Amino acid sequence: MNARINPPAAFESTPAAEGAVPLTLRINGNEHRLRLDPRTTLLDCLREIVLLTGTKKGCDHGQCGACTVHVNGARVNACLTLAVMHEGDEITTIEGVGQPGPLHPVQAAFVAHDAYQCGYCTSGQIMSAVALLEEPCGPTDADVRECMSGNICRCGAYPNIVAAIQQARSKS
Amino acid sequence: MQSFEFQRARDALSAIAAGAKSGTRFVAGGTTLLDLMKLNVERPEHIIDINGLPLDEVEPLADGGLKIGATVRNSALAHHPIVQRDYAVLSQALLAGASGQLRNMATTGGNLLQRTRCMYFRDTAMPCNKREPGSGCSAIGGANRTLAILGTSEHCIATHPSDMNVAMAALEATVHVQGINGERNIPIADFHLLPGSTPQRETLLEPGDLITHVTLPPPMPGKRSLYLKLRDRASYEFALASAAVVISVEGGRIARARIALGGVGTKPWRSTEAEEVLAGQRVGERAFRRAADAALRDARPQSQNGFKVELARRCLVHALNEATR
Repeated sequence: MNARINPPAAFESTPAAEGAVPLTLRINGNEHRLRLDPRTTLLDCLREIVLLTGTKKGCDHGQCGACTVHVNGARVNACLTLAVMHEGDEITTIEGVGQPGPLHPVQAAFVAHDAYQCGYCTSGQIMSAVALLEEPCGPTDADVRECMSGNICRCGAYPNIVAAIQQARSKS
Repeated sequence: MQSFEFQRARDALSAIAAGAKSGTRFVAGGTTLLDLMKLNVERPEHIIDINGLPLDEVEPLADGGLKIGATVRNSALAHHPIVQRDYAVLSQALLAGASGQLRNMATTGGNLLQRTRCMYFRDTAMPCNKREPGSGCSAIGGANRTLAILGTSEHCIATHPSDMNVAMAALEATVHVQGINGERNIPIADFHLLPGSTPQRETLLEPGDLITHVTLPPPMPGKRSLYLKLRDRASYEFALASAAVVISVEGGRIARARIALGGVGTKPWRSTEAEEVLAGQRVGERAFRRAADAALRDARPQSQNGFKVELARRCLVHALNEATR
């Protein structure tokens, strides 16, 4: 896929849009009218077209979890789904869960516990953890590790990530 | 990724008619399809999104069984109260597979069509009979540590990667398919094909065929069920060996057992051999070991995966011990 960053226009679109599909995506409560090459993944659409770059591209094959976003409240890998499959869905990215002032409780817990080193996986970790608050997950650290196994941290910040999530769960 | 034409299915019949065109794939979760499209292993010319079809319900059947729509997500199915109560082995198998994110995407119908993780199948620079018939099998004599020991052929030793299908095999599920010539009900034991000389053909599906739902028979009276998965790391990893066990015990003896193995076969591996050994036997390690020996009797290990024979035996014995504890 070779999507380039376009200046904002009436239509936000991928270049050379022969066979492009028009659609409207609802992202963090805002509607975006798009015209996309159907090959565009939700991840590339978010980063390269809508310019919400908080969602990260790691492996691009659903193995690392850096691209985790919410679709209708459920956490998914944005790299393994096509943007054109999400007309009418409610999409939430890291930009939609908190702001520098009013942080989401999970974000605040990540700061308090230093739950990162380089930070590249952090938005995906936080999106997974926010979803986890509403999922069936047992009480122990081992339960949290199992539920978070789809998010890889190459720096190995796992102990602090688990501690942050447990703190956020205890307050929710 | 090769370009394709995208359309949304409005109803099953028009999706099936459009799906019969060569080079067409249905997409639901997309977790296998998109992954393989990025590797140029899958190169569809047309993609039909079936997420708009009304196939996402789990419904109890009048006979006491369960109907599971094709687009029911793995996570929804695993946490469904009826599945947890009556088909625990299925819930456990689903939750042992993939990650929380992938389970929110992956569907029941899609998982039936999950493709192998054989590294040569995923690498277009290497010969692979499944991807390119007649090109040869790189795994035989190659890196085959994770590959199959049951149901292999001289043309393909690729492991079937699904956990869900192993549980479905032990539960004797039926796959319901709608195609250009009407509807068919296929027992899961017949749905997946052995590689033989045509490893590119993995199921009985024909062009245009749409999996609409899966049905489970009523739960076995007095049954206990369990899924045990052994792997290189504790979570988010494919099975080296797994066992799905559905068993009922009366007066210390095994009344009925349904056994399937994962991670070791070229398809979800129902072992009627193990079931026959267990029927009528007293519960205990002795019968379980004999059943495990029967299940692995025809195993044909490759250069690097001989350990799987004993691993699968122990996996089954342990699962039977746990299920009858």
